[in-house]
This record gives sequence, C-alpha cells and structure tokens, in this order.
Amino acid sequence: MAPEEIRQAIIEILEDIAPDEDLSNLDDSVSFREQMELDSMDFLDIVMELRKRYRVQVPEEDYPQLASMDSTVKYLEPKMVNVAV
Amino acid sequence: MSEAKSPDTLVTQPDRGHSPDTQTGDSGPIYDTIIIGAGMSGIAAGIRLAYYDQRVCILEKHYTIGGLNSFYRLNKRDYDVGLHAVTNFTEKGAKKGPFSRILRQLRFKWEDFALAPQRRSRIAFPEIELHFTNDIEQLTAEIGQKFPHCVDRWQRLVGSITDYDDLDQAAFEISARQRLEEALGDPLLINMLLCPLMWYGNPREHDMAWGQFCIMFRSIFLEGFARPYRGVRLILKNLIKKFRALGGELKLRHGVAKILTENGWAIGVELENGNRIYGKRILSSAGLVETLRMCDQTSEPDPRMAGQMSFIESISVLDRQPEELGFADTIVFFNDSPDFHWTPPADELCDVRTGVICSPNNYDYDLQEGQLPEGIIRLTTIASFDRWNKLDEATYRREKFRWYDRSVASCVRFIPDFRPHVIDIDMFTPTTIRRFTWHENGAVYGAPDKKLDGTTHIPNLFLCGTDQGFVGIIGAMMSGISMANQHCLKD
Repeated sequence: MAPEEIRQAIIEILEDIAPDEDLSNLDDSVSFREQMELDSMDFLDIVMELRKRYRVQVPEEDYPQLASMDSTVKYLEPKMVNVAV
Repeated sequence: MSEAKSPDTLVTQPDRGHSPDTQTGDSGPIYDTIIIGAGMSGIAAGIRLAYYDQRVCILEKHYTIGGLNSFYRLNKRDYDVGLHAVTNFTEKGAKKGPFSRILRQLRFKWEDFALAPQRRSRIAFPEIELHFTNDIEQLTAEIGQKFPHCVDRWQRLVGSITDYDDLDQAAFEISARQRLEEALGDPLLINMLLCPLMWYGNPREHDMAWGQFCIMFRSIFLEGFARPYRGVRLILKNLIKKFRALGGELKLRHGVAKILTENGWAIGVELENGNRIYGKRILSSAGLVETLRMCDQTSEPDPRMAGQMSFIESISVLDRQPEELGFADTIVFFNDSPDFHWTPPADELCDVRTGVICSPNNYDYDLQEGQLPEGIIRLTTIASFDRWNKLDEATYRREKFRWYDRSVASCVRFIPDFRPHVIDIDMFTPTTIRRFTWHENGAVYGAPDKKLDGTTHIPNLFLCGTDQGFVGIIGAMMSGISMANQHCLKD
C-alpha cells in the first residue's frame, strides 16, 4: 500500500468506529483526539481493525505513534508496504 | 507461579492428544475465550471478541439469556425481570457518555436500542419532593426552590461530578455520605439525593462509595432514564443476534460446575453434566464468590462477600393506564421519614419504608409504537435473602401475598391508590433472584467490594459483570466490553 492508500484505509476504519464524525475536514497533522471524540477504547479499535483487515500487528508500546493521521501513515508505511489494496 | 506456563502450550495438548480443532467427544474445539453467563456483560464481551475473529463460547446455566436483566412470560403477559429504566440515556448523535461508547464498541446504531425517554421522575420524602427529568436544569431549579441555601453548593457539586473522570480505586472508596456532608451540608437534601442513587445501584449497606455515587449521579441525573417499548427483550434480542451473526456460540442449560486448571492456569471448564470444554482464557460473569467456588479453592469463600442488598418486586397489572388514575410520573423513589435507611431489614422479611415505583407506561414512546396495552406498576422494596430463604413452601407463598399487600400499601402514600384497578399481580423475592441467576444472596447489585480490574488469582481467569464493575444494563455492557478489551483482545 502506498501512503495515500494507507490514509484511505484509516479513514474507512474511522468511519466504522465513529460513524457520527465528519472526516472531510480532518487535519492530518493534528492529533485525532483534538479533532474527534475518540477515547482509549476507540484507539484500541483502530489497532484491532488494522489487525482484522490487513493482518498488521501494532504492539501496545507503539500506540502513541497513532496520534495523528500523518504519524499513523508514517508508522504504518513499512508495515503495510506489502499489503495489497 | 514461576513454573506456570502460558496456557496456550498446555491446552493444545489436551488429555487425549488430539489436535485442537479436530477433537471430538466431550472436549470439542479449543475456544479463544469461554464466557460464563449470558447476561448483558457476557454477551457484550462475546460480541467484542467474536467481532475480532475469536472463537467464543458463552455458557449459560439457565434456559434463557439475560441474567439479572432477563424477561419471562406469565398468564400470557410479558414481564421484564429487572428493568425499570435504562440509565445513561443520551440523545441520538451524542458522542460522549457510556451509552454512545457502547454503541460504538458493539457497532450498533442508536436506533437499534429504540430508547424512549422518561417523562418525569420524583424523589418523594414526607412533605417534600424533588422532581427531575433527563435535563439536570430541572433538578437544579427544584433544589433552588426547596433548598435555596444549598443551590450554590449544589451547582459546584454538579460541576465537580461532571469533570470527574474514571477514579482510581482509592478515590473510588471514599465515603459518599462524608463527601456530601462537606459539599452540601444539608442532611435532608443528602438523603434525598442518595435515595435514588442507592436504589439504582448501591451494593453496600448504609453508605455508598464516592466513585459509585458519581457514576450513578451521572447516569441518572446528568444523562437520564429511558426504555425500549418492548422492554429488555429488544436489547437482548439485538445483542444475541449480533453475537451469533459474528460466529459466536451460545450454549443454554450449560451450567459450569468447575473451572479446570493446570499448573495454576485455567484450561477450561467442566460442565454440570460432566462434559469438558477447553479454552485459552475464561471470562466469568457468575460473580466473584460464585466464580471462586468453581475453582479448586481450599477454603470456602465467605458468601457475605457477595453482598446483602436484595429486593422484592411487586408487579401490578391495571385495568387502565396509570395516567388515567392521575399517575403520570415515570419513576418515584419514596422514603417515609427524613432518615434514609439502606440496609437489609433487621427483623422482618422486608422493609417497605422506602421503595421505587415505576410505570413502564409513562415513557415518551414513539407515536408509531403507541402505548403499552395494559397499565403496569412495578414496585421494588428492600428484602432479606436470609429470612426469605428460611421459609417453608407454604409460608413462602403466604408471605409473598402478605408482602405484596404491605409494600403496595406503603407506596400508595406517595402515588394515587391504584389498588381497585389491579387485575393481575406477579411478585418475585430474593430467593427467586437466586434461583434464576445463581447470584449468592440474590444480591442484585453484587459484591460491596468491586474487583475493578477484573483479575483473579488465576492469570487467565477474569471477571466481568456485577462484581467487576458497574451495575444496570449500561453498566453491565460496559463491564463486558472493557474486560474483553483489557484482558482478552490484546494478544
């Protein structure tokens, strides 16, 4: 997956986790927490959905890497380089 | 415990040496998680785990689901066991609060629970009443009118509880009475506030843990009451449908006799019929004492740990809508003196000085659903499990009718007398609760000391439900979800 595809994959996950959020104005450089009502349970779901959908493992100590869209894509890039779209 | 091995290496080689997925006979497959109990917490946990592709099996001793929040049919009428109101109600689109969290975590839509909000409820003490709705401003206005000297303090209290986030165990355990004494100072107002909050979720006698008080305060005063037109059935039906659609297995009439262990780890359970089911971990909603008893404990756990607060429920079916009798409130919490006693009765079967009256008719149901076909008044009063449990069959039957009469006579001091309009009654007691839920002492709100982290002496055996966390329908689901997330998903 290319970075833009990873971004789209994350958007799809967020849409499922938080169906009431408007994601069209998401600022990729600002943390999810500042822009959306996401709690620790929702963050666990991002991790779990990545595992379920793309077989990507995110160890607990790496959760802080998923703070914003930019940091998430950057973190996932090497892990998802071989994942088919 | 240093020699204990991870359970995975143990259970992949069960007694007869079959590979895990091809086992037959009494052992069957190896589950990722075995859940004991198909109540709200167990099913909610099951949905979380099945959604993330775990192999999950819920074992339920009863022939139906629901646990402390079940339902039944009698004389061609549908009854709910526990439900008066679903607490924590928030309107569609709300992003905060436990209810929206549950919807998100379980992937439900707001409409799936079809909650209709309450009309208005009331705390009734002698010669003074406080009305409240799902809008806290209503209660603030009432307090301003009836306790004008307290209103500033009240607003500060509300502010501090709104800000309160999940407390640690130490702050949780502070005495609510003491905190309220400092914050409000007025003993009558304190008792009037404690009355509904204790009634809907305090497992302790006399006092309440501050953490529990804050949780109940938010769930009732800051969020609110609601009910699905079809009662608890609708919620349970939707939960179990989702669980099954995700591949979860539910086995009714499968009581667990024993939790099997090897080198200090749980490897599965032995059922009451002698069959064995294996799993990598176990999540039990049976209660703390009840779960410990399933393990090979050398000493019998003290049943008093399971809590003593139990109730009788007196249900009256009326020949008309309660509103036609002048009763339009959703829930009334009554108490017949300025003091509020929250203890099991000292020398009688029940204590009817305080109680909760609820009419499921008095919710704002959707126009399409209309009104419930018959008027119903539910009344809960305090009862002693020990005393009810000692009665022989004939006395038990007689006492049930006697206490129906006495509890209803007590409650009609606070609402219009509906007794001439009663066409059918049903009643349950602490022993009924134990018979169908197997919760020790029929303790509706579980153990006074909660095991908030859900852990036990066995590293892969966890608790959820009423002895782990919060009570009520929403609390139970939250408990199942959070224990599944914390202990069963991250591996």
